[in-house]
Amino acid sequence: MTGVYDEGCAHCEEMMQPYLDHVLSDAEVLEAEAHLQRCDKCRRRYRFEESLRRYVRLAVDEHMSPALRQKLSALRIPLD
Amino acid sequence: MGCSASVALVAAEDEDGGTDALRIATEARDRVRFEEEALALADQVYRVARHLANSREEAEDLVQETYARAFRSWRSFQPGTNLRAWLLRILTNLNIDRGRRNQRAPQMQALEANDYFLYDKLADSGDGTTDEERVLERLSQDDVVSALSAVPHDFRDVIVLVDLGDFSYQDAAQILDIPVGTVMSRLHRGRRILKRELAESVAEGDS
Repeated sequence: MTGVYDEGCAHCEEMMQPYLDHVLSDAEVLEAEAHLQRCDKCRRRYRFEESLRRYVRLAVDEHMSPALRQKLSALRIPLD
Repeated sequence: MGCSASVALVAAEDEDGGTDALRIATEARDRVRFEEEALALADQVYRVARHLANSREEAEDLVQETYARAFRSWRSFQPGTNLRAWLLRILTNLNIDRGRRNQRAPQMQALEANDYFLYDKLADSGDGTTDEERVLERLSQDDVVSALSAVPHDFRDVIVLVDLGDFSYQDAAQILDIPVGTVMSRLHRGRRILKRELAESVAEGDS
């Protein structure tokens, strides 16, 4: 395991959320990825965060009931 | 010249009611198209609404009210703009009107764990595995649902819109009528609150 939490890791942590939101500049993406390449610890944590987001989405996903769908269709304003 | 010719044409049609009929037919067609497009988005709207609201019943009411209002005021939708965002804007306003904002701001000092807090906690309390997927398996679906519902509304709204609804920061800002910077800071904070809640549910499960 690549070891110690250093300044590179602190900066990498700051970039994690924006990185996963795809809002970093190209230069910042390169910077983050360069660090991730050499830092096992940060890489694992990025991966965890990414999996967590996916996991949360799936866990809370709930479909609309057919009854509600029908009610919504019934709200349409009839043509005269 | 072309202009005066069409004026003459309109005048002629007005006499026999032709333009009126045309206008009514065009409007009916636009309205039907609007309704169909809005209904096609109902699933996606409901998914987001479900977690902006506090319960399934509340979400269903909100979605119905939203569609009733949308169908009545369809003319104020600008074709070519984001219809899903427009519908969610109506929905969040209705949700606020219902007075669900009485909740107090969360205790900030309690939540300042870092972004890796949950991962460290799950990895520490498990069998020593640091494999991401296996670490996550320690959270049940119910844990996640109740952790999300425990996040205070201001923070939950942005998480729900951005992370579940795939809205951009800008869309979320418009829907909630707050600055983009506020969306970003609430999102950042909200995700940490969510992780803290998840960590707590793991701790409870262990005890």
